[in-house]
Amino acid sequence: MNLIWQGIIEAFQLLIHGNREMLRIAALSLEVSLGATAVSLVLGIGAGTAIGLNKFTGRKFIISLVNTGMGLPPVVVGLVVMIFLWRGGPLGFLHILFTPIAMAIAQVIISFPIITGFTSASIQQLDSKLRFQILALGASRFQIIWLVLKETRLPLLAAVMAGFGGIISEVGASTMVGGNIMDQTRVLTTAIVMEAGKGDFGLAIALSVILMILVYAVNLLLTMIQQRNKAQ
Amino acid sequence: MKRLIAPVLRTLIVTAVLLSLIGSLLGCGTTVSPVTTIVTGPATTVTVTPTQTAGVPATTVTVTPTQTAVAPSITTVTVSPTQTTTPKPVNPQLILATTTSTRDTGLLDVLIPMFQNQTGYQVKTVAVGSGAAIAMGQQGQADVLLVHMPDSELQLVQSGAGINRVLIMHNDFVIVGPASDPAGIKGMTDPVAAMKKIAMTQSLFVSRDDNSGTNGYELSLWAQLGNTYKGQNWYISTGQGMGATLIIASEKNGYTISDRGTYAAFQKSIASVLMVQNPAVMINPYHVIQVNPAKFSGINAAGAQAFSDFMVAPATQAVIGSYGLVTYGQALFIPDAGKTEASLGSK
Repeated sequence: MNLIWQGIIEAFQLLIHGNREMLRIAALSLEVSLGATAVSLVLGIGAGTAIGLNKFTGRKFIISLVNTGMGLPPVVVGLVVMIFLWRGGPLGFLHILFTPIAMAIAQVIISFPIITGFTSASIQQLDSKLRFQILALGASRFQIIWLVLKETRLPLLAAVMAGFGGIISEVGASTMVGGNIMDQTRVLTTAIVMEAGKGDFGLAIALSVILMILVYAVNLLLTMIQQRNKAQ
Repeated sequence: MKRLIAPVLRTLIVTAVLLSLIGSLLGCGTTVSPVTTIVTGPATTVTVTPTQTAGVPATTVTVTPTQTAVAPSITTVTVSPTQTTTPKPVNPQLILATTTSTRDTGLLDVLIPMFQNQTGYQVKTVAVGSGAAIAMGQQGQADVLLVHMPDSELQLVQSGAGINRVLIMHNDFVIVGPASDPAGIKGMTDPVAAMKKIAMTQSLFVSRDDNSGTNGYELSLWAQLGNTYKGQNWYISTGQGMGATLIIASEKNGYTISDRGTYAAFQKSIASVLMVQNPAVMINPYHVIQVNPAKFSGINAAGAQAFSDFMVAPATQAVIGSYGLVTYGQALFIPDAGKTEASLGSK
């Protein structure tokens, strides 16, 4: 119990005094996860809309694949990405293993099914008469998609938050493809595991507090957008 | 429609601008100055952060401690900028696969920046444990290894995947356990006899079982006893690193084997007590092995050779020999460049 209390006190001391390395680790966490969320946002909303709005053969099968992807273990993704990117692997010539780019790629793969699944489910839930109504008013294909997305803003942003939350708190894949290299690929989650493994619990708790603050801040932003007053 | 675009775009742009500001402030990129934190005593912390000015590469912090009778302290901290032009090797990317102990003791945080400054190589230090590092070497996934698992190292060299195995330094293993000492091994100097007593009294033993160098040493001791540990209910495997294993052993009042450095770092947090030590016998040697460029493509042979040369250089060996004096009052590693492994026992 004493150790936990000591750890928390040390955490606050570290946070107040600031620490260049901690800031750098936090900044890299945000960069990689926000960047990956942005990419999988574009890809995921696009794919989810395509699946949700169109009827085609094998649609149920595709949706089942996407839903399986939502439950894909991140560490398995990390292992597969690492095998593809290492020397002698199919993409080894890119030389991006142990770089933030590799971490972002793994995180895109993890979050893409989540966003796609949520998007297609929320679009399917819309009243089908809505689309006919929009068509009747003379909307182009692009306008239909845009209006449908506006209608599903609440679950869409929930999807983005789910995707972001999943990948910024991810540690297994980030360790494998990033290597937890100081000043290069060390992010908050991998640093927490490492510091706890070294017995530096004060630092581990401090990093955990920073991580929670960052996750909360980003989700606060997204929630504000999500909950914007519809009647404008 | 426009009412939604504007605020979303605004927040995205603001976030991006903030991030790039933070990023540029911290100097994201390949040339980053390392932060060296030196603890002088129980309460005070001195953080030396070399500042990076334009045109001058990251500086090296040289700590020259003196050992007083009362407490360790820093007397001299010299911050000397290195040459104004950093050499640029043809292939600057170097992958070093190493153990968790060299990273956790903080030794690599001192040595790697030194090496990068002197040679201009950009080192990717992947600390995965000796067994995993050697496996990476077997597949040509790393350029150079710094490991402490002699049996597996010799296999690597014999298979032709590893070349130029060079002794760098050593420290020793210790057996730790509960103060109550149910196996009655406290003060013994023969590690094999101590393990035999643990097995005979069926006292709880906690193993790392993670293909690490320390685990390799533990298994070599059991091998001399006919592997009596297998399948016994007093033998637990954690599959984790040294720190986690020490904590588990402490919580469960079990015995375990640790390297002295990690135990010294954890001593204040755990209840385990030093049981068996014998620096002349329980030796933990570290070697640098280069991955054979003739066997794999894409190996940075020049970089690997440069790292090997750096580790045996007198200046580096001096840094290794004094590392830990400040923080723990004892040197964590003993430099050994040029010696044979057989001579390590006769100290």
